[in-house]
Amino acid sequence: MTKFAGLSRQYWPTLVLFAFLLASWQAAVSFGGIREYLLPAPLSVWNALWHGDTSWGQHIWTTTLEIVGAFFMAAIVGVALGVAIAWSPLLANALVPFLVFVNTLPKVAIAPLFLIWMGYGIFPNMLMGALIGFFPVVINTAVGLSQVEADMLDLGRVFSAPKWKIFLKIRLPNALPYILSALKITATAAVVGAIVGEFVASQRGLGYVIVATQSSMNTSVAFAALIWISAVGLALYGLVVVVARLWAPWAEGID
Amino acid sequence: MANELIELDKLGMIYEAASGPVEALADISLSVGAGEFVSLVGPSGCGKSTLLRIVAGLRPATTGTVSVAGRRVTKPINDIGMVFQAPILLKWRTILENVLLPAELAGKDARALRGRALELLEMAELHGFADKLPRELSGGMQQRASLCRALLLDPPLLLMDEPFGALDAMTRDDMALELLRIWGERDLAREARKTVLFVTHSISEAVFLSDRVVVMSPRPGRIAADLKIDLPRPRTVELRASEAFGRLNLEIFRILTGRSSAGMLG
Ligand SMILES: Nc1ncnc2c1ncn2[C@@H]1O[C@H](COP(=O)(O)OP(=O)(O)O)[C@@H](O)[C@H]1O
Ligand SMILES: [Mg+2]
Repeated sequence: MTKFAGLSRQYWPTLVLFAFLLASWQAAVSFGGIREYLLPAPLSVWNALWHGDTSWGQHIWTTTLEIVGAFFMAAIVGVALGVAIAWSPLLANALVPFLVFVNTLPKVAIAPLFLIWMGYGIFPNMLMGALIGFFPVVINTAVGLSQVEADMLDLGRVFSAPKWKIFLKIRLPNALPYILSALKITATAAVVGAIVGEFVASQRGLGYVIVATQSSMNTSVAFAALIWISAVGLALYGLVVVVARLWAPWAEGID
Repeated sequence: MANELIELDKLGMIYEAASGPVEALADISLSVGAGEFVSLVGPSGCGKSTLLRIVAGLRPATTGTVSVAGRRVTKPINDIGMVFQAPILLKWRTILENVLLPAELAGKDARALRGRALELLEMAELHGFADKLPRELSGGMQQRASLCRALLLDPPLLLMDEPFGALDAMTRDDMALELLRIWGERDLAREARKTVLFVTHSISEAVFLSDRVVVMSPRPGRIAADLKIDLPRPRTVELRASEAFGRLNLEIFRILTGRSSAGMLG
């Protein structure tokens, strides 16, 4: 109860502001004569969220699949590349300039190429999300693996510990909070990537819904899609935060 | 002097730094007997940590030779315990798991050493903390845990690099007594005790703990004096107030600051 009281004390200004904005929005539309296709009223957005002709379940499922797929792809590839960079100076010299180049490319501009190469489907959109989200994971993994006290490494040498053992018992757990912290960024980037992919080429998904409403001028549906996207994004982000807390409770305050 | 554990012969160390060579140690010849407690004092940057690392085999000396237990040191030696200024405990491991780390690193059966680890924690008055994470312990307690870790495999030689340097003065004096107790000052025969090479920049700490204090000059570190500390053991808090203790402190202070001590010791 005290926790709830604390939370509500912290968040009541946000809630008040939010309620105020909603109310003024509704008032502006109802009494200000703004046309529905420019700015739909909160109530019609609310209706579009749950009813209407859009089969939300299917679109939400597609986009969620893309986002989650992108997230895991970025996580796995990112950690693998980070490990490679931290493990071998040779690999680091080979990979880092290349990865920096890939990271500076405007990913949105690559999306049409993905369409040419892979056609329509879930996979190219996953790939787009992974491409936008993998870089911080690489960097944080490599940094976390190398930020080990020199004295601790000396201790390893004193006991003639093999390199892989230092890696598993010291470097990897040391990198875990860094990796988890990067994955919070990746969770957000995966959403952006999936939606960008859907904008360029898709027949399904919440990004597709938004593009489709452009021609039908059904703006309340676009707003509803936006809300669904942020719901999916927030859920993934929250999940990463919770997993990070459970998995690396010692890391409080690293990020 | 019959039973020397560490022998350093004309040791020199030059680092190749980006700004040019740095001569850290010059002409260090020193023997430490088995069971002896020897402190190294000297100004910051005079090469004390370098010297410990060379003895541990973590770094090769530029010139001269090191042998430990009669064997030339050319690579890291396994039979030592090391304690550094920071406890460097692994944050994600409990205190017990941290104490057991050397067993895992050395490829020994950690489960078989659990009993010993718990005994060590008990001796260091940390029995209630075996299952706690390091951050739940104070700095002094963490440092005691890192001492337990150094003792786990029962090494004959302990290398300690300013182990109490980060603690407040009162905890520090307590830790000195604690260390002597764990070292076996009261209950072990001299030959059964571990050999300790202890780096500090506190003169009184060196005098209080040691059988011998080796005073080093500013960089490049040379041995400026090698004093036998003939104070009775076991050492007690009262000893710090004695005249002999004060005189030794003053003498080392004068050597370190380069002021003559002739008149004083007369
Ligand atoms: N890895 C290194 N590279 C270059 N110079 C070093 C290195 N380690 C120590 N030094 C230099 O050697 C000298 C002695 O260092 P150190 O052994 O740490 O002294 P102390 O422990 O007595 O303070 C210092 O001047 C320090 O700057
Ligand atoms: Mg030092």
